Amino acid sequence: MIVEVGHYALIVACLLSLIQGTFPLYGAVKKQGRLMSIAAPAAYGQLFFALLSFSALMYAFVVSDFSVVNVARNSHTLKPMLYKISATWGNHEGSILFWALILALYGAMVAYFGRKLPKTLHVRVLSIQALVGLGFYLFLLLTSNPFERIYPFPMEGNGLNPLLQDPGLAFHPPLLYLGYVGLSVTFSFAVGALIEGRVDAAWARWVRPWTLLAWCFLTAGITLGSWWAYYELGWGGWWFWDPVENASFMPWLVATALLHSAIVVEKRDTLKAWTILLAIIAFSFSLLGTFIVRSGVLTSVHAFATDPERGVFILLFLFLVIGGSLLLFALRADKLQPGGLFAPISRESMLVINNLLLSVAAAVVMFGTLYPLIRDALTGDKITVGPPFFNMAFGFLMIPLILFMGIGPSASWKRADLMGIVSRLKFVFAAALVAGIAFFYIAGGSEIMAAVWLGLGIWLLLSTLFEWADRVKLFKPASLKRMSRQTRASVGMTLGHLGLAVAVIGMASTSYWDSEHQSIMSYGDQASIGGYDITFKNTDGIIGPNYSAVKATFDISKDGVTLDPLRPEARVYLSPPMPTTEAAILSTIMGDLFVVIGEANSKDYDEWAVRLYYKPLQIWLWGGAAIMVLGGFISLSDRRFRMGLSKRVKK
Amino acid sequence: MNKFIPFMIFCVISGALYIGLNLNPGNIPSALINDPVPQFSLPVVGGEEVGLTSDELAGQDEVVIVNFFASWCAPCYVEHPFLMDLKARGYKIYGVAYKDKARNTNTFLAELGNPYYKVAADEVGRVSIDFGVYGVPETYVIKNGVIRYKHSGPIHEMEFEDKVIPIIESVDQ
Repeated sequence: MIVEVGHYALIVACLLSLIQGTFPLYGAVKKQGRLMSIAAPAAYGQLFFALLSFSALMYAFVVSDFSVVNVARNSHTLKPMLYKISATWGNHEGSILFWALILALYGAMVAYFGRKLPKTLHVRVLSIQALVGLGFYLFLLLTSNPFERIYPFPMEGNGLNPLLQDPGLAFHPPLLYLGYVGLSVTFSFAVGALIEGRVDAAWARWVRPWTLLAWCFLTAGITLGSWWAYYELGWGGWWFWDPVENASFMPWLVATALLHSAIVVEKRDTLKAWTILLAIIAFSFSLLGTFIVRSGVLTSVHAFATDPERGVFILLFLFLVIGGSLLLFALRADKLQPGGLFAPISRESMLVINNLLLSVAAAVVMFGTLYPLIRDALTGDKITVGPPFFNMAFGFLMIPLILFMGIGPSASWKRADLMGIVSRLKFVFAAALVAGIAFFYIAGGSEIMAAVWLGLGIWLLLSTLFEWADRVKLFKPASLKRMSRQTRASVGMTLGHLGLAVAVIGMASTSYWDSEHQSIMSYGDQASIGGYDITFKNTDGIIGPNYSAVKATFDISKDGVTLDPLRPEARVYLSPPMPTTEAAILSTIMGDLFVVIGEANSKDYDEWAVRLYYKPLQIWLWGGAAIMVLGGFISLSDRRFRMGLSKRVKK
Repeated sequence: MNKFIPFMIFCVISGALYIGLNLNPGNIPSALINDPVPQFSLPVVGGEEVGLTSDELAGQDEVVIVNFFASWCAPCYVEHPFLMDLKARGYKIYGVAYKDKARNTNTFLAELGNPYYKVAADEVGRVSIDFGVYGVPETYVIKNGVIRYKHSGPIHEMEFEDKVIPIIESVDQ
């Protein structure tokens, strides 16, 4: 019964989105207040019914109602409750429903927080948002109904892929989706503004917080996914450049560019057409990411169930949404008059450089991701584009980006004094250079790229701190007062840049200076890595809720001091049957010790394959990302004050 | 005019995606169970001589296995020991190298061992499409030229004894 209510609520939400997407749009053209005033209530109603529908599905998972195909396929009675709940969005149908729900959530938020927007813009944005939602509802109802029943129903479900039964991954998709879908708001604003033919500072002030919100969630979601890969997949890798990862990384790159170009529109009333284009592209990448993951067009056919019917639907939808908005852009962009002019050396042009580099980087990632597909389509050749291509092409673009990131915040608007900046930052640059060279020699003169990246990280760290110190006139009278008077947006910027610096230092260190030790160990055997002495003590058989495992104990000591033992596990899940490794990790600020137990090497179970890794400064990577997200939210708390004040433009 | 560039780039990409979607092996007509094998004739690996034909399969009154594989396919390495096991149990396995270079196929077989009674090469993948191959590896159980069972993906340790062997035995009856 509850399942049918969920299905019914989905249909109602679909119809509401149809109403919300059509009548108010017509009303905005004809200036009919009544038609326009449908938009906001419809958005609230849509959220209510989408939420009802999603809750019904979650209920089916919680009570393990195997008469629902989706539940039978993806759940199991033995699964811990957390993973029963997370299974709701951990499968194809459920995740699309989750998409639609978040889309409705953002729609309702725009309806509520946007009450003071110019009426026609407000309803146009809501209508576009609803039309995007309509596509998702139709997709669900026509090709991927999550509420489909089976009879006779099975007594037990298939279970969820054990790799996905992990707290990190339970929350990774929701965060990522909040980010992906958050970009829909920016998209709706962009299309709404194109229809209106007007983009001004007030518009940009509106778009920025939404972009920032989406960006924060995307950053957090990507980091969580990377962290999961790091500790769950068992070899300490944290980024693989695979199509699914790239699908989330491309919107992040464009959203980062958009975040910066919207500042230029807001402060200087220029770069409008470019910003609109970025807003469209950012969301297009979100949709493209969904297409890539959900159609199976790029992933191995045996990893994901593919369904060409779904693929064709998504592609058609993609074509209408992205193609339509890009065509609209082509036709209307000329109406967007550029505003303020700026000199070649200025804050504006620094942000333009940032935008160019980030956009080219996104294009490079897109090219690398789609190239195997295009090649296969044209010639039938099967190729893969691997990490070497991405590391080189992407890394090459990041070097100038980070160099300019150090300079940009010091440049003033309209016209900056290049010599002044150079003379202020020359010592910072020299310090970073010395640090890079020092690391190069400490590491024994190998790995020049490690030194380059560390130098860049230190350059960004110091120049960001220096710029902040300069701004608050640190160590001069009243510097504390100035510190507290910094706008939250500027604090956010400083933290965002600092976070990236910390992450870059972590990435450089863990990528180039990690060490690895693989061997067959018997009980009592010793090994040392990264300054730790490790003794293989014993193994135990244990039984978990839905798996059995071998749990090994390793005694750890450093410089003669005994530390807590590490206990990695090798699990075999019951349903579906699948082995996984649970690495044991000792994290310190200096580096991670990573221990993995493999298979028994002999029939007596006293010799085991053991892998040990030491990952220097690994935690800096996650810490840096966390600082970036923190910066984003602090900046967002600043913008909130302006959300309701869109019309009051400061002169 | 330059305002149209993003739109045109998008058109090219979506065209590629559309083709990509149709390349999707899921779209290829899948051979129905209990239908005769499609008509075909394939050369041996790295040569012109006839390696395997539908007539040869039709002429077998014992159960035979046709395995589609490729040296570039990682799951095929995982599956390989089970094919060797099947061979050891006396089953006749025909191998079809799917979109693979002859040199690589030969290296693959030389390094890991050759479980196949005969190996043929399907370099363009046409015959595999007629069979309804979803992706490699894929395994067909055939008797009297009729497809009796199809296994997509690598034969896995977990299901080898419990599923694959009983099915082959039941077809063999």
